[in-house]
Amino acid sequence: MSHAATGHLETSTGIDNKKLLMWLFLASDCLFFGSFIAAYLLYRDRSLVGPYPEDLFDIPFTSVSAFVLLMSSVSMVLALSAIQRGNVRGLQIWLFATAALGALFIAGQAYEFTEFYHEGLRLDTNLFGTTFYVLTGFHGAHVTIGILILLSLFIVSLRGGIQQKDSLTIELAGLYWHFVDIVWIVIFTLIYLIQP
Amino acid sequence: MASIAVPRRSALAQALKGARHAAENKSSIWSWLGTVDHKRIGVLYGVSAFFFFIVGGGEALLLRTQLARPDGNVLDADQFNRLFTMHGTTMVFLVVMPMSAAFFNLMVPLLIGARDVAFPRLNAFSYWLFLCGAIFLNASFFTGDIFNGVLGAPDGGWFGYAPLNLNRYTPGHGMDFWMLGVQILGIASLAGGFNFIVTILNMRAPGMTLFRMPVFVWMTLVTSFLIIFAMPVIAVALFELMFDRLFNANFFNPDAGANPLLWQHMFWLFGHPEVYILILPAFGIISEILPTFARKPLFGYPFVVFSGIAIGFMSWGVWVHHMYTTGLGTIANSAFGISTVLIAIPTGVKIFNWMATLAGGSIRLKAPLMFAVGTVAMFTIGGLSGVTHSMVPSDYQQQDTYYIVAHFHYVLFGGAIFALFGGIYYWFPKFTGRFMNDPWGHVHFWLMFLGFNLTFFPMHISGLLGMPRRIYTYSGDMGWDMWNLISSVGAFTIALSVSIFMVNFIISLRRGERAGADPWDGRTLEWTIPSPPPDYNFRETPQVHSLDDFWHQKYAEDANGRVVPALGGGAVEPAAEHGHEETAHSLGIHMPSPSFMPLIASLGFPCIATGLIYDYALVPVGAALILVGLFGWAMEPATEEE
Repeated sequence: MSHAATGHLETSTGIDNKKLLMWLFLASDCLFFGSFIAAYLLYRDRSLVGPYPEDLFDIPFTSVSAFVLLMSSVSMVLALSAIQRGNVRGLQIWLFATAALGALFIAGQAYEFTEFYHEGLRLDTNLFGTTFYVLTGFHGAHVTIGILILLSLFIVSLRGGIQQKDSLTIELAGLYWHFVDIVWIVIFTLIYLIQP
Repeated sequence: MASIAVPRRSALAQALKGARHAAENKSSIWSWLGTVDHKRIGVLYGVSAFFFFIVGGGEALLLRTQLARPDGNVLDADQFNRLFTMHGTTMVFLVVMPMSAAFFNLMVPLLIGARDVAFPRLNAFSYWLFLCGAIFLNASFFTGDIFNGVLGAPDGGWFGYAPLNLNRYTPGHGMDFWMLGVQILGIASLAGGFNFIVTILNMRAPGMTLFRMPVFVWMTLVTSFLIIFAMPVIAVALFELMFDRLFNANFFNPDAGANPLLWQHMFWLFGHPEVYILILPAFGIISEILPTFARKPLFGYPFVVFSGIAIGFMSWGVWVHHMYTTGLGTIANSAFGISTVLIAIPTGVKIFNWMATLAGGSIRLKAPLMFAVGTVAMFTIGGLSGVTHSMVPSDYQQQDTYYIVAHFHYVLFGGAIFALFGGIYYWFPKFTGRFMNDPWGHVHFWLMFLGFNLTFFPMHISGLLGMPRRIYTYSGDMGWDMWNLISSVGAFTIALSVSIFMVNFIISLRRGERAGADPWDGRTLEWTIPSPPPDYNFRETPQVHSLDDFWHQKYAEDANGRVVPALGGGAVEPAAEHGHEETAHSLGIHMPSPSFMPLIASLGFPCIATGLIYDYALVPVGAALILVGLFGWAMEPATEEE
């Protein structure tokens, strides 16, 4: 711990403690989403009453919001690249852009949930409603936490708290953000695109 | 995130800084509430787990009193259901897991030559969250009319099978407390699991390669991996149950077309690795005790390590053996029957290695060794009865009978609890500087050994005679009377032995024989530093050259291959002379400062859980507590400047 103050610990593996922690957390989170996705797939086509997925899914709309989320990964990469080169201004711009794109995705999800609700799909309507809302809801919660992290980092950087030597912090936020993105690719493919 | 700390000038920040300084005073209550020292957190875990051992044991005594005679009327059916549910949940989540966590905390940094764990505040968070979850779960007792014998505790069994766990079959808040309480405990375990993996992989002293690590560290590593992959699965199952119970979702609702077996699959996909989460730390402890008291290296160290890893992997492929009778079909049952038989192989390998470690050794029959040998013997019996119900047709006969109860108590009590007691006797001198009284340790062992076998061996027979689990009474013409009476007598014998342990522990704490740094002539790094260890553990980071490094410093082989003491080898760090105590500060070692943020953040979780059950207004309050805790945590420097 003697080097804790400088943020650079000599570790046995050479991997930073916090980075290893983040990878382990993401590995664990795979099982979390995996279990919800498994429940969705198990109950696909088992709903006794409608509305069914084919009645509600608006593939073009969700494709656009998926595209928005994917683009936020690009801006996340640009944020990290900026601070690694010592460009604090670039970091601030791309951090904010990433958070904004994430917020746009969440807005799309809120719109989608509202639409589905008005068309008669509630949490307790059928198995589709139960598994769909809980799975995509937990994903949305992950994105929301990611936005909170990005905005916190944005505010800290405005106060001069993030410099080139702190790029690991941005890298960790990026790992989380990309993971949440990848989970959406899996959900979008398995739940929206591949219809039985 | 020390690097992104912003200058703090506010009054609140000053107050918090003041509180952190107050916590530097080691005798104040604040120092315990704000501690980030792995040894103190280990003590907190151990004391809490032992408290719940008494609670869970008391529940067991009530159950055994009710079942001692046919047509018992000590408890009614409702009380009985709630007590066996809480007994199981308590012993798994509030006793064996946190007692193992106590040993992880106390021992892992010392065994790998580190000053602390990788994330001291995450460690504190893990403990406080565990305590919050434990208190929340047990608070359910008081939600009924407890003074008139109406308990509010959960009554769905520790496994909470669907669809019985749904509102319409299990009304009341008991199950709500159960699902939310276990959820909180799971998050606490996850935090610990992450921390110990990073600590073990990254914080090893120079030269401490993976295959020079003590077996206990290896088993902690495997257990931690099982925790981080098993806990999310039960978290999802519990979330699904939460949505079903609180928000009318349909995950386990057969009327909506759901398949309630989904619960069993998820529960046991978590539950079987969980079995190894409970037993592998115990295997680690006895792998440290046996070589020390046989004065021989552990026989086949790589085999013991690889068997532990193999068990870790295979534990994911055997869960259906809990579900043979659910009608999954012959192919599923056969496949899982085969995998279950196979997992007995690495377990058997370990048992033979332990026996070979003792064979030909120069054995010192101290209390820690008694418990370690007891573990090997009792676990072997439990393992063998386990093999009998890996056989599908045999299991059809045994499912839901007392035979199963006998089996899992032989592995979890005979295996885990015996080993944990052995660990307490073994490492007590290291943390107190005194021995526990050994003759009374032997009395404790023999009484517990006798009581344990009296309690659980007859359950094999009552089970094979057809006595089902979880019945609150039985009639006198079933032929079960004698076996139940013996079991109940045995349960009180165990209680007596535990009382002897408690008295011995307290007296030894004050008046035990003084123990030096290396009281057992040990092999591992914890014996190279003073007892009790200073805050910073190692004055200088040790350099490791081999497995059992400290032993090789102390002993060499002469020309005839005999072990002889090495000249001048095995120096231990001297304890500071009285009045000249060195502190981390005087040695120039920066230790992490105390922090209250983990405690504040963890208090938010039971607050949210209570809010979900009674009043949603509490949910944002809890969420705010968590946010305040986490942001404070991220913003405060890990080590306060002088």
